[in-house]
Amino acid sequence: MPFINTSSPHQQNQSSVPDLMRKVLLALIPGALACLYYFGFGVLVNIVIASATALASETIMLNLRHYPVRRYLTDYSALVTAILLALALPATVPWWLTVIATSFAIVIAKQLYGGLGYNPFNPAMIGYVVALIAFPQQMTQWPVPQPGGALGLLDVLLLQLTGTLSDPAILDAVTSATPMDQIKTGIGLNRTIGEISTGALFGTVAGRGWELVNLLFLLGGLWLLWKKVINWQIPVAVLSALFFWSWMFNLYDGDLYSSPFFHLFSGGTMLCAFFIATDPVTASTTHWGRLIYGMGIGILTFIIRNWGGYPDGIAFAVILMNMAVPTIDYYTQPRVFGHQDED
Amino acid sequence: MSEYILILVSTILVNNFVLVKFLGLCPFMGVSRKLETATGMSLATTFVLTMSSICSYLANEYLLIPLGLEYLRTMTFILVIAFVVQFTEMVVHKTSPLLYQVLGIFLPLITTNCAVLGVALLNIQERHGFIESALYGFGAAVGFSMVLILFSAMRERIAVADVPEAFKGNSIALITAGLMSLAFMGFAGLVKP
Repeated sequence: MPFINTSSPHQQNQSSVPDLMRKVLLALIPGALACLYYFGFGVLVNIVIASATALASETIMLNLRHYPVRRYLTDYSALVTAILLALALPATVPWWLTVIATSFAIVIAKQLYGGLGYNPFNPAMIGYVVALIAFPQQMTQWPVPQPGGALGLLDVLLLQLTGTLSDPAILDAVTSATPMDQIKTGIGLNRTIGEISTGALFGTVAGRGWELVNLLFLLGGLWLLWKKVINWQIPVAVLSALFFWSWMFNLYDGDLYSSPFFHLFSGGTMLCAFFIATDPVTASTTHWGRLIYGMGIGILTFIIRNWGGYPDGIAFAVILMNMAVPTIDYYTQPRVFGHQDED
Repeated sequence: MSEYILILVSTILVNNFVLVKFLGLCPFMGVSRKLETATGMSLATTFVLTMSSICSYLANEYLLIPLGLEYLRTMTFILVIAFVVQFTEMVVHKTSPLLYQVLGIFLPLITTNCAVLGVALLNIQERHGFIESALYGFGAAVGFSMVLILFSAMRERIAVADVPEAFKGNSIALITAGLMSLAFMGFAGLVKP
């Protein structure tokens, strides 16, 4: 009787890179629709510009390196980077800012390191941080969340492509700082959290609109978990570390530190925990490493949000922990089966 | 107490000597190819930086100021640093040959680390007292070590990456250092000046 000889591993995972990326894109849809609903057509314009820039710069770089363009473009990884970046940018940024951020992300943070699989930093977050440091004024003005969006399609196009509006007075009325930014400024002016969050921008636990956006990203992330696209360690570690520290400080002084739920459902928390921090290339790959990496992101986010100069620390926290990933992996290597410790 | 913690946070994260002040870049680029050498360099630098900032504070306070020789400060500090490095090398050589072998060439190299002279001079500029000077030197060294170790682990990984021909080696390492510096800007504002 002939035996079939196959070498290990016998149980193979059938998923491929394009397949995973397609699932990530699918899971982003509910959150992205909520963004579109609250922040208006600017989100869509950002996504279109960022995707076009990402595909163009990826094509140029692959051509320069004489690599097969079609094979690398159809793995959707550039598209995922572009869409994550577009969702992180405010929906009123001028078109050139999106182009600069996206091309920096693809060319410098990804292609110079050899493309997908080699980049040590998350490209989308590098693009976001470059934009935040270089153009802080444009990056901190968000449209006021309003069902259906505060601006019409024509106004949005005019604003993002030419930088002007039919009536310049509208701009001040439809844009404002994010709730998180307002809390930071308010605390600086010696007001308490309770006083600040009576403002029109605040909802049940966090910013109006932001709550639902984060909730839908959470649902998308849970679907990714169920489909086994991402591991549970990183999102759980990010969210629990952020929750734990903000809870402790909130108990210590509720007037100075916002509630843990505010932190979980504000800014880019859920987008980061499920979609950005879990990037398989730039995240840690060992069991304990993932937990340390995730907790690092949660703690650094909390520190930068509360005491740092920038309103949301998510992007900085992610690239700071990306930086530590090779070291974390080195020290958390699981023991090889059959080997003994040297002592 | 809190001001001492602030000095540590400030030197390790907010004003990191390598990534924010851009001092000590030569050992940062030079010995970061392997994690082991980077760890050895970090240990040696931490010891020397703390010792030399204490010694240069003492030299400044009890030698230069009473004698009215402040204009000789830079030269004196260079001498003090060279002395501390040489002294460390001799002591390590006699007491622990094993550690001496691990640190090897890095000990004398620290003399030329501009962060060491930078810390000594900045201590005077910021009018630090004795404990503050020691902490400032120690914090600077810890910040340097942390960044050097993280960087060397990253470089080991980048060394096997499919980097374009024109960017192999030091160029991609410098780009990485730039991106790390970008990340460290996130700490801006943690310590109010």
